[in-house]
Amino acid sequence: MTIEIKTSTLEPVRNTFAHIEKRFGDKPATRYQEATYDVQAETNFHYRPYWDPDHELNDPRRTALVMADWYAFKDPRQFYYGTYVQQRAKMQESAESSYAFFDKRNLVDALNDEVKTQVIRYLVPLRHVEHTANLNNMYGTAYGYGTAITQALLFDGMDRLGVAQYLSRIGLLLDGNSGDALNEAKQLWMQDPAWQGMRALCEESLVTKDWFELFLAQDLVIDTLVGELFYQQLDRKLSAQGGQDIAMLTEFMQEWSKDTGRWVDAVVKTAAAESDANRVLMTGWIERWRGKAAEALAPLAEEMLGAEALSEALAELDKRVAKAGIQ
Amino acid sequence: MSKVYLALQDNDVSRYIVEAIEEDNPEVTVIHNPAMIRIEAEGHMVVKRETVEEKLGRDWEVPELHLNLITLGGNVDEDDDQLSLSWNS
Amino acid sequence: MAAKKLSLKDKYSLLTRDLDWEFSYQDRKEAFPFEEFEGIKITDWSKWEDPFRLTMDAYWKYQAEKEKKLYAIFDAFAQNNGQLNVSDPRYVNAIKLFLTGISPQEYQAHQGFAHIGRQYGGVGARVACQMQSLDELRHVQTQVHAMSHYNKFFDGFQNWSHMQDRVWYLSVPTSFFHDARSAGPFEFLVAIGFSFEYVLTNLLFVPFMSGAAYNGDMATVTFGFSAQSDEARHMTLGLEVIKFLLEQHEDNVPIVQKWIDKWFWRGTRLLSLVGMMMDYMLPNKVMSWQEAWEIYFEEAGGALFKDLARYGITMPKYAELVEKEKEHVSHQTWWTFYTHGHAAGFHTWIPTDEELDWLSEKYPNTFDKYYRPRWELARKLEAEGKRFYTKALPQLCTTCQIPMLFTEMDDPTQISYRDTVYKGERYHFCSDGCCDIFNDEPEKFVQSWLPVHQIFQGNCGGPGVEQVLGEYYKMNLGADNLDIKGSPDEKRWKQWKGVA
Repeated sequence: MTIEIKTSTLEPVRNTFAHIEKRFGDKPATRYQEATYDVQAETNFHYRPYWDPDHELNDPRRTALVMADWYAFKDPRQFYYGTYVQQRAKMQESAESSYAFFDKRNLVDALNDEVKTQVIRYLVPLRHVEHTANLNNMYGTAYGYGTAITQALLFDGMDRLGVAQYLSRIGLLLDGNSGDALNEAKQLWMQDPAWQGMRALCEESLVTKDWFELFLAQDLVIDTLVGELFYQQLDRKLSAQGGQDIAMLTEFMQEWSKDTGRWVDAVVKTAAAESDANRVLMTGWIERWRGKAAEALAPLAEEMLGAEALSEALAELDKRVAKAGIQ
Repeated sequence: MSKVYLALQDNDVSRYIVEAIEEDNPEVTVIHNPAMIRIEAEGHMVVKRETVEEKLGRDWEVPELHLNLITLGGNVDEDDDQLSLSWNS
Repeated sequence: MAAKKLSLKDKYSLLTRDLDWEFSYQDRKEAFPFEEFEGIKITDWSKWEDPFRLTMDAYWKYQAEKEKKLYAIFDAFAQNNGQLNVSDPRYVNAIKLFLTGISPQEYQAHQGFAHIGRQYGGVGARVACQMQSLDELRHVQTQVHAMSHYNKFFDGFQNWSHMQDRVWYLSVPTSFFHDARSAGPFEFLVAIGFSFEYVLTNLLFVPFMSGAAYNGDMATVTFGFSAQSDEARHMTLGLEVIKFLLEQHEDNVPIVQKWIDKWFWRGTRLLSLVGMMMDYMLPNKVMSWQEAWEIYFEEAGGALFKDLARYGITMPKYAELVEKEKEHVSHQTWWTFYTHGHAAGFHTWIPTDEELDWLSEKYPNTFDKYYRPRWELARKLEAEGKRFYTKALPQLCTTCQIPMLFTEMDDPTQISYRDTVYKGERYHFCSDGCCDIFNDEPEKFVQSWLPVHQIFQGNCGGPGVEQVLGEYYKMNLGADNLDIKGSPDEKRWKQWKGVA
């Protein structure tokens, strides 16, 4: 049986959900909009959490930052789950072929000992820094407010687990899958004086309570400095010393920094533009963590790259902060 | 002994996986539901990579099973070569 | 140097398990502060067995493949007006209840798993919870996208976000998840990861999604089964965590048993909504609620609890009572919605003759004796133009928040009431199970935001029920609610199909 349907009778009754229409007007909505805006519950919570009786389950007061509308934090990448995983799947496919190529062609044998030592000493221990970043972004996911920012924090958190695993694979490529390079890097992380400032900084970030402060500390301050020192400057140094193939293994991280940086910058800019009070608060947080991070990274940066390295990285950070409308 | 089970989406790849499971576990019962194939066995069942690869005529990794998997019952053990389901009692 | 080949297990362990470290500069307990207050004893997180050794790169790869397939179907569904292929416009009301009642809980699961994915001290368990948090976000978003097209052609979907925090029957699933999320991290995982995901979600997704397939709803069956492919991972996480807690310390056994008892009972109450969806809201029926319960709880759950017996875990309290309830709850629940159909955000109706006969056949012990006569009376009244709606607001159970609609199982004509006095106030319950739960945590449950109490206290607008429904709940009265007969949904459907 075929049923003839007149197209004129198939006019939609409405274009989108009521809360999306209220924000964006009566027109067909994007998948990002429908997946993001006003998804999180806002009121009439039944019970106070045993683990935080001073707040509701979803509560904007877990940070000192104040926003009239937490959905102002639009992700410029417009990532919801589906677009996020598909984008990362593309990146991992190209990373996978680089790692496979590196392995198959035994490129590790072409690295001189100086390069290998530096990779183990400086690059592999970063997996612990990435693991910290994973936890800090999960913190914002769990205690932040509004799906627009919390979903992006979750994507960031999972990305950092992925990066930690890629860094671990670099160690395994170097040690022939014995795990020795990972153990050595862990020893450095735990005991070597050059790394202790960084480890202390990571531990301090993990006990920080204000989630937006923590977002600035981790995703803006620490990530800018680490990205600059390790994925830019160290990368250039290793290339100059005959370790250019290492760049195949860190390309994912570089591309990732660019992608995520766009989102971080947008969040910082939006939060600062909201009010003077926010800007003052954020300036204080950024200064505090800039000071701590500079102190923590100083011995490492100097040993790894020389006296100027850290100030170059700090200049990069200052530029980014200024561009976001702070100071 | 209790039943372990898994259910797969009813599609082309699943048909080969079911064939492989039947070959490696002659005791299984296969039940066809709307859009879903349910496979049950007493106490233990295993999905072997090698057999699935043979049926599909291509490489197949065990985690690919998850693309078509709807549900399962039993203690899971997954490694490179197989996914097994079992009850201890 | 030839690299040795790493097994999946060794590789996962090297890539993930050693990322954490012993703190030297801060008190680690301050970074993971919630591990002890529930009384659970963890002596060694390294004993955690990773159920699936999924690294992030593999996660992205496989999940992207699933999403690609799923969205291709959503696009095709919208382009071809797939909503016209559903069996009957009544069917669409089941997925209205799904979007308003279940999708927001997927979001709460996402939030709860993010919380414990930050808080557990063991990296293996933490990572598994983080992935589940991400999956749960996927579920709510794919559900919203699947329903997006239906929303354009049917009433009752458009205000799901506003309704989730307010509507009287939606407080049942909402409070369930609030309860779990406000609990400690281990109770949350036993509640959602084990009791709900492992023991009960099959009952929600599997027969219901088969039902969607049977009723021509490609969009729902696709997201449903695609979500279920993550569920297999979640169920295994739920089971692993139970085994882990029980193996860590014998003092954990009674705590875990108490949680299993609580969450099994809360879960069965919540699922009475699913029973009603299966028995009454699917025009083409796959199996009865009773049959689903027997396969997915009695058989599958029975096997599970037999397996857990070696740790000293027993079947959940009141499992025998629930065995009797399976022949009653779906009928009692749909009847309540039918009689309160003016206050529901979806349509209700009287089962057709064929459906009544199907129910008689599926429920030989109870349907003809207790429930068929009600429907015959309702039909007589409807024929006389007197389709009735109960105007009184129902009393709600303080724990599960379902109206007092369940009966004593020994006497299905007698509504079951229990009560208790706490600090001079009397609290009411639908069952011993719900009363026990209150008595164990009264300070928690006295906080319950009970929708009917709130209406009486004037917190939901007013003065009348109409204003509450229209202004506070934002239902489109006359379109979203009332009987399917004469509804705009029905009129449009007839127009599309060219029938009078």
